[in-house]
Amino acid sequence: MKGLYVVLGILLLLVLMGGCSYNGMNKMRGDVDEKWANVQSSYQRRSDLIPNLVATVKGVADFEKTTLTQVIEARASATKMTVNANDLTAEKLQQFQQSQGQLSQALGRLMVVAEQYPQLKANQNFTQLQDQLEGTENRIKVARDEYNAVVKTYNVKITSFPQVMYAGMFGFTKKPWFEADKGAEKAPAVQF
Amino acid sequence: MNVLHKISLRVLGLLFLLLAATMVKAGDDDFPPRPSPPRLVNDLAGMMNPREQSELEDKLVEFDRTTSTQIAVVTIKSLGSYDASDYAIKLFNKWGIGQAGKNNGVLIFASLGDHKMWITTGRGVEGALTDLQCGEIVRNEMRPAFKEGNYYQGFSRAADAVIAATKGEYTADKKEHKGMPIWGTILLIAIIYFILWLLSKRGGGGGGNYMSGRGWGGFGAGWMIGSMMNRGSGGWGGGSSGGWGGGGGFGGFGGGSSGGGGAGGSW
Repeated sequence: MKGLYVVLGILLLLVLMGGCSYNGMNKMRGDVDEKWANVQSSYQRRSDLIPNLVATVKGVADFEKTTLTQVIEARASATKMTVNANDLTAEKLQQFQQSQGQLSQALGRLMVVAEQYPQLKANQNFTQLQDQLEGTENRIKVARDEYNAVVKTYNVKITSFPQVMYAGMFGFTKKPWFEADKGAEKAPAVQF
Repeated sequence: MNVLHKISLRVLGLLFLLLAATMVKAGDDDFPPRPSPPRLVNDLAGMMNPREQSELEDKLVEFDRTTSTQIAVVTIKSLGSYDASDYAIKLFNKWGIGQAGKNNGVLIFASLGDHKMWITTGRGVEGALTDLQCGEIVRNEMRPAFKEGNYYQGFSRAADAVIAATKGEYTADKKEHKGMPIWGTILLIAIIYFILWLLSKRGGGGGGNYMSGRGWGGFGAGWMIGSMMNRGSGGWGGGSSGGWGGGGGFGGFGGGSSGGGGAGGSW
């Protein structure tokens, strides 16, 4: 009889501990989702700026066509790729990062080419777009850093004791984070 | 002996230098620490003279006092390996410019050695002060003045433009809500006691009289203690958020954050 009580007591304790861990993990998962939404919306903001940029650049006669089409194509494929926070896997994140990275490169090239057109540099519309684009790139950077930071704490939380005993049971899985972009270790060659 | 002495002195000197070098490397962390006592104008590159600095400081402190929007001006000598934007955003978030909940900070930043400037906005002022407006301020107010070496004029005009853009966006919270002064509380309690005493005198008859009076009295004392405790907690809360820093000056950064908004350029 006494043994039964002990067993019941331990079970109760485990359930209570599980409940507490669950709340903690759930809150953290919410933070991760929120930061991921920020990442996506800052990339979206960049996509939204591009049609304006393309229109302005097109206005300049004899602007090099290839760089322009590359930007348009990269944007098209990048906007197709949205990842829901629920099924954020390492593979999906890598694809997402790759398609956005292609757009970053295409945009970088466009800006370098634009430097060679004095009429474009004197165009007020273009300088304003540059400001906005730069601000957006910075927002992307901050959003990614913040996402990585919360993912790090979340991953540590769900893989440490005692949460690790329940995490799998409740469907808490490790979340992927952003790797540094290829070539990002070097100082960026493109200064807007 | 003399030679030995010389050598040992040199070794000591070398060790000292090495120590100093490692200390700088370890403690520096690329960013200056939060100013103490807190200041809004931190001219670490010495681009303005003391009088200009304090004029600018006064203007910004006044704006912070009335609107709680914190505009900081920071100059440094060199960016090292950072981009101006990157440096400004990280510094902004490290110092926590603006109020925590409102994120209403703005950083006007310049690196003298690199001839680079940047305006970084907190998340809460991105709407009132867009990247586009920041770019215009940099190009129209700061760059022309900086090119002529009129740094104070550039910063001052930029600050005016930022103030004009963010004015009306936020208002300062009322300084901690002033509790009733202590004598007021005592007077109030005395009046309530008096009324209750009167009531108990009229209402109850005979022996019940004294008892009911005590009952009310207990309630009154409880209420008094409760209200005093309330006062206490209110005062503490206000103290931590209100400005207690440099005696009437700037009270310190409030812990605001930037999402990366803003714009800049070079001169």
